[in-house]
Amino acid sequence: MGDIRLIEVKEEILSDNIKQAEEVRERLRKTKTMLLNLMSSPGSGKTSLILQTVEGLKGAMRLGVIEGDIDSTVDAEKVAARGIPAIQLRTGGFCHLDATMVTRGIDAMAVNEFDLVIIENVGNLVCPAEFDTGAHKNVMILSVPEGDDKPLKYPLMFSICDLLLVNKIDYLSLSDFDMAALRKRVLTLNPRITILEVSCKTGAGIEGWIDWLKGEVAAFKGLK
Amino acid sequence: MRRSSAGELKGKDISMHELPITESILKIVLKHAEMNRVRKVMAIHLKVGKLSDLEDDWIQRYFDYLSKGTLAEGAKLKIERTPIMVQCNTCFTSYEAEMARMGDLVCPACGEKGGTLLSGREYYIKEMEVQ
Repeated sequence: MGDIRLIEVKEEILSDNIKQAEEVRERLRKTKTMLLNLMSSPGSGKTSLILQTVEGLKGAMRLGVIEGDIDSTVDAEKVAARGIPAIQLRTGGFCHLDATMVTRGIDAMAVNEFDLVIIENVGNLVCPAEFDTGAHKNVMILSVPEGDDKPLKYPLMFSICDLLLVNKIDYLSLSDFDMAALRKRVLTLNPRITILEVSCKTGAGIEGWIDWLKGEVAAFKGLK
Repeated sequence: MRRSSAGELKGKDISMHELPITESILKIVLKHAEMNRVRKVMAIHLKVGKLSDLEDDWIQRYFDYLSKGTLAEGAKLKIERTPIMVQCNTCFTSYEAEMARMGDLVCPACGEKGGTLLSGREYYIKEMEVQ
């Protein structure tokens, strides 16, 4: 056996994914398709929000959806039933989507025909925060029943998002959820984040979300 | 049988984000091992930010599994956790923050709340011990 020597490596472990994500962003910049990565815990309302978004954006822009939920086509079927093109990625039990999986999704749809593509990421507040999907905007949902302490438990997720939607505000009167404390915690982690309060069930606040989307897509396309 | 990369195992039904990260580590390590014509990789020194939820034990376990039959079989992963560093937006003092306190940051110098994250998200392979 020879001597042990040291080799310098100095490489980012996630460099392949970061590179792939940059390629996705650049490719969609050329087709002027904004890619939005939607993340949350399971059951906080990602699919309900997408269904509300389909209604709200009707006639305003062309929307496509990439579903990343674990081995089920339930969500894609719900979206497709509203006449919106939806691609289901089979993530095979993976806890997040990465840029390679998203590339497969956009390869499967004619991306140049869309103004906005929403990725419904796997329901999870941990892993999706670590992996760049290639999206231009990151949006997360926190629902009222989950509690106002989540920014303390999952700081990375809150720090990488451009927008936080606080969903199920129709539950506020039934819970001890402290909206002011939540806002303070989130803004401490991420002063650039926009926070909107919505209820996908009653439709409250959805208009604000739709306006935000329209503004972001217009800015992305260079119309504003 | 020798595998040239970890790519063939992609899609196996193991979840947790430790797996894809471990695959990347192995891929990079084998690339450097081949470039340097090493016989065996003994240890790998990693730098992982404290904001990461990676479990050291799981990375090692996945690594042991994925690296079977490669130059890196049996290599020990030595993980150095790098601190979460935050800079105050008012007085620009840099200070270390704890994961559990990230939502209630207070600058130790001027008392200002919040700050800008300087480091704590690293996933980096520093070096490896080889024969």
